[in-house]
Amino acid sequence: MSMNLHLRIWRQKNSKAKGQFVSYEAKAISPDMSFLEMLDVVNEDLISQNQEPIAFESDCREGICGACSLVINGIAHGPDSGTTACQLHMRRFKDGDTITVEPWRAKAFSPIKDLVVDRSAFDRIMQAGGFVSVNTGSAPDGNTIPISKVHADLAFDAAACIGCGACVAACKNASAMLFVGAKVSQLMHLPQGQPERQQRVQAMIMKMDEEGFGSCTNTQECEAVCPKEISTRVITELNREFVRAQL
Amino acid sequence: MFLDAKIPSGPLADKWNHYKDASKPINPANKRKYHIIVVGTGLAGASAAASLGELGFRVSTFCFQDSPRRAHSIAAQGGINAAKNYRNDGDSVHRLFYDTIKGGDFRAREANVYRLAQLSVNIIDQCVAQGVPFAREYGGLLDNRSFGGSLVSRTFYARGQTGQQLLLGAYGALNRQIAAGTVKSHPRTEMQDLIMVDGHAKGIIVRNLVTGEMTAHTGDAVVLATGGYGPVFYLSTNAIGCNVTATYRAFKQGALFANPCYTQIHPTCIPQSGDHQSKLTLMSESLRNDGRVWVPKQKSDKRAAHQIPEEERDYYLERKYPSYGNLAPRDIASRAAKQVCDEGRGIGPGGRGVFLDFSDAIKRLGKDVISARYSNLFHMYQKITDEDPFELPMRIYPASHYTMGGLWVDYELMSTIPGLFVLGEANFSDHGANRLGASALMQGLADGYFVLPNTISGYLNQIKPNSIKDTDAKCKQTAIDAADDVHRLMSIQGKRSPDFFHRELGKIMWNDCGMARTEKGLQNALSQIPALREEFWKDVRVTGSDLEMNPVLEKALRVADFLEFAELLCHDALQRRESCGGHFREEYQTQDGEAKRNDEDFCYVAAWEYKGSKQKPELHKEPLQFENIALAQRSYQ
Repeated sequence: MSMNLHLRIWRQKNSKAKGQFVSYEAKAISPDMSFLEMLDVVNEDLISQNQEPIAFESDCREGICGACSLVINGIAHGPDSGTTACQLHMRRFKDGDTITVEPWRAKAFSPIKDLVVDRSAFDRIMQAGGFVSVNTGSAPDGNTIPISKVHADLAFDAAACIGCGACVAACKNASAMLFVGAKVSQLMHLPQGQPERQQRVQAMIMKMDEEGFGSCTNTQECEAVCPKEISTRVITELNREFVRAQL
Repeated sequence: MFLDAKIPSGPLADKWNHYKDASKPINPANKRKYHIIVVGTGLAGASAAASLGELGFRVSTFCFQDSPRRAHSIAAQGGINAAKNYRNDGDSVHRLFYDTIKGGDFRAREANVYRLAQLSVNIIDQCVAQGVPFAREYGGLLDNRSFGGSLVSRTFYARGQTGQQLLLGAYGALNRQIAAGTVKSHPRTEMQDLIMVDGHAKGIIVRNLVTGEMTAHTGDAVVLATGGYGPVFYLSTNAIGCNVTATYRAFKQGALFANPCYTQIHPTCIPQSGDHQSKLTLMSESLRNDGRVWVPKQKSDKRAAHQIPEEERDYYLERKYPSYGNLAPRDIASRAAKQVCDEGRGIGPGGRGVFLDFSDAIKRLGKDVISARYSNLFHMYQKITDEDPFELPMRIYPASHYTMGGLWVDYELMSTIPGLFVLGEANFSDHGANRLGASALMQGLADGYFVLPNTISGYLNQIKPNSIKDTDAKCKQTAIDAADDVHRLMSIQGKRSPDFFHRELGKIMWNDCGMARTEKGLQNALSQIPALREEFWKDVRVTGSDLEMNPVLEKALRVADFLEFAELLCHDALQRRESCGGHFREEYQTQDGEAKRNDEDFCYVAAWEYKGSKQKPELHKEPLQFENIALAQRSYQ
């Protein structure tokens, strides 16, 4: 049942060093392992040979924290749709396969080490306006304002974003419009988001541009790789909100 | 040592208001003179930091993740309890209070739990105002569902991603304060030690996880919101990075650690598939609203689930606990699963599993309704196991999930170290010996949004702000000591990876200090852990350099602390010669195998004091007084 795989993995000492692909063999891999567990096996092997293991990010390993960030065989998060790399399982691969693993590549995500990049630009975009300005303690009863299930569901679909950055990694322009659109859409569909609706979209877009993310040219690769399957509807809404805010 | 919990006087329902009335706030103009350090940015840490920032304090947050948004609160699936009684089913603050005390097997403080139940309603309001997209009904009002250990529907939820949505709400509030300049965020930093000055907590030493640099950060109070210690069992539902280091280092600096033996083994997790496994994945308790738990009546029945006729199935939770059925509390459901597997009736590989079956619910409600309720969970299950829960019943087994024990805190959430506050899962305060489902999110947010902002002034009023600088000798020395620990680890150059030792520790803990504990097993663990620890300090291998991003070093530092902490946990489990909640001692059980408490001798909080690396920690007791509810044997039958 177990498999042997050839890996080509991007190694880069730090942000200043030049990176390169290095080949590794992953041996006796069980089809029930997750992709990251397969990398754990490779890393344990490297440690036993007194070599430095491959740095990659992961935390929850159940597809919700958004830490893992691998481009696998050219696709952000790998071949399964609606799936983070940590939830990709090795049964998806065949014995003898060659697998190429790279980090997110985008101007706004500078490399840190091996497969780890700096995604703090996402935090800064959120700080620019991805919230409702409400102090603790001043909220009215939760049922004071009914919200239609339709709008609540649309808001939720957008709010499912885990901030992993696959959308940026997949985009030929390294655009962050799916990420930004998801937050703008969530709050635009809720009554709580209305008072700051105009400033929010303007501030977030301005920050997004400043951080060096590109523009959307409707390729929709972002939606294809999004582990939470966020629709490019949110980009349409983002554009509309932006225009609306200018009027 | 006398442990003063500082419970306010007066009737239970008035205590919190009395406390607030008697407290002395700090002048708004003076608040900015105080600098508060918050470690951890999950629900408790993020909500506390945001709320303190709003009040005008200067706040610094620290988290080991690359962004505050990734803290493990994000993985909570099912929901958050609140005594809103929107369903008209008889819920009230008192009922939530009672359910929580009873669920915790009468081992929590009445006053803390009552306050938690009171604040639960404010949390929902606060989160709705932030734009958290809770589930709603067609009329536009908030929806609820049921959770274990309760006969009312009081759980608010956002599909199967409630923790994520609540955390993103708190992260939004935090971001707003970062933008306003009141909060400074330090991601990719891990706390290594607490800076103590004249017996007060005055700051922390952190390691920058990108550069490896050790730096001191001083403040007027330190808030730990660093979560639990579930990965002491190696495999758990926690994130890979979750660790005990911050709370354990505080313990070594003098903070008492309370009830470490209260660990929660969650009944519904996906069973382990092999030795390679790095974590176990939870399937939300909410699934037990519609799923029925069963095993075959016969031993070693190898037939597929659908080939086993109805009369040959044992729906053991429904049989043993007819009134709560599949919604029996977690500790009880976990032990019941272990019991049927021990009898040889478990299913799946190795016989360590039970079925969670949705076929009746699908027949009754249709596939669409079930899909709307649980699609993300079904999807996750299918990804991991390659089995479709619409076709085959899920296979589940208990796994380490949550830890009720934590640093001892008083009513103000202050530890035994003045100026050190502890929030959320990191403290011991509200869940007694067992936590009910959907109560962790409630406690984390109650502590952060509402309790700490009202209690921290009591301490700050007594001290002079800005009494220490990052460059003071004491800070430098603590940083040097922390760096020495790192160098010691790096210089061992042994043969085994940190992960090897963590796995070995996990085996010891799961076998001898897991779902069922015995005097003999615990003694065994207490002899094996120090031996393993010695082996670790002789033979661990940390590759690379300490002055760069080094995940092996990070892991080694965390494992080193787990290897010490595990012993404390076993000491606590050994001294508690009774069974209560998540702590089950085989010697103390009723005839039908239920936990048998001993209120006569053990109705206390066990708080441990560090006495040095070669000494056994010293036990202190805070007696628990029940003035409002009668102690009773917990019955869910």
